[in-house]
Amino acid sequence: MTLGLILFFILAAVAVISALGILFSRNAVYSALCLIINFGAVAIFYLSLDAPFIAISQVTVYAGAIMVLFLFVIMLLGAEQLRVGQTLVWQQPLAIFLSIILLAEAGYLLFTQRGALAAGGTLQAGAALAATFGSPTTIGSALFNEYLLPFEVTSILLLVAMVGAIVLTKGEKK
Amino acid sequence: MLPVYYYVGLSAILFTLGALGVLIRRNAIVIFMSIELMLNSANLVFVAYARYYQSLRGQIFVFFVMTVAAAEVAVGLALIVAIFRTKHSIDVDQMSNLKG
Repeated sequence: MTLGLILFFILAAVAVISALGILFSRNAVYSALCLIINFGAVAIFYLSLDAPFIAISQVTVYAGAIMVLFLFVIMLLGAEQLRVGQTLVWQQPLAIFLSIILLAEAGYLLFTQRGALAAGGTLQAGAALAATFGSPTTIGSALFNEYLLPFEVTSILLLVAMVGAIVLTKGEKK
Repeated sequence: MLPVYYYVGLSAILFTLGALGVLIRRNAIVIFMSIELMLNSANLVFVAYARYYQSLRGQIFVFFVMTVAAAEVAVGLALIVAIFRTKHSIDVDQMSNLKG
């Protein structure tokens, strides 16, 4: 029971419990806050996986921008109160049953393919990567040299998304 | 370090919970949040394998997934706001009319 294993299980428990909190909250604001906790836990996972730039951008972009946008819209629409009642009564039990099957299948595959999942990896146990593996310098040089075209395309994608959001919420002129 | 299948297993659990959220909940915004949870679980697997294969490509892909997710959230929430203007509800069971 090394320290890494204990930390992994604590963080995994936080992530799974906050994901369950999203599912079973009666209030949409509670779901949004549970999702923020989940994003924080995953960001700490990224830090432990030698990805500091991705960890910080997860906190900034996901928890800082996307979730704030969610909370704005929840407050704007007054969506925090949820009514109880179902129109399709068989939907919830069927969904839970199917997701249990999916999880069991994923667990079975993971258990039997444990060796094959780690094959091809060049990382020895306890070996250290280069100190600049996930640093902004390395990612920046990769983004601007090898992945320049996808980078520019995503900038156009963000522009299109902005224009689309403005057009959709503009409303009609009477 | 931990074997990679620990992270794959955690990602499978989070993905299943996200899919369950999409199927169970009726509030459109909470469905959207479950979709973001699914995207996050896929990002976790990418970063885990980026470390285990010592390749930066996993992290670059996660960067692009985050960008696309941000764009998708912007447009999706704008859609929800536009639907709310006409239907005055974001309950997906009530969005059963194609005429809007």
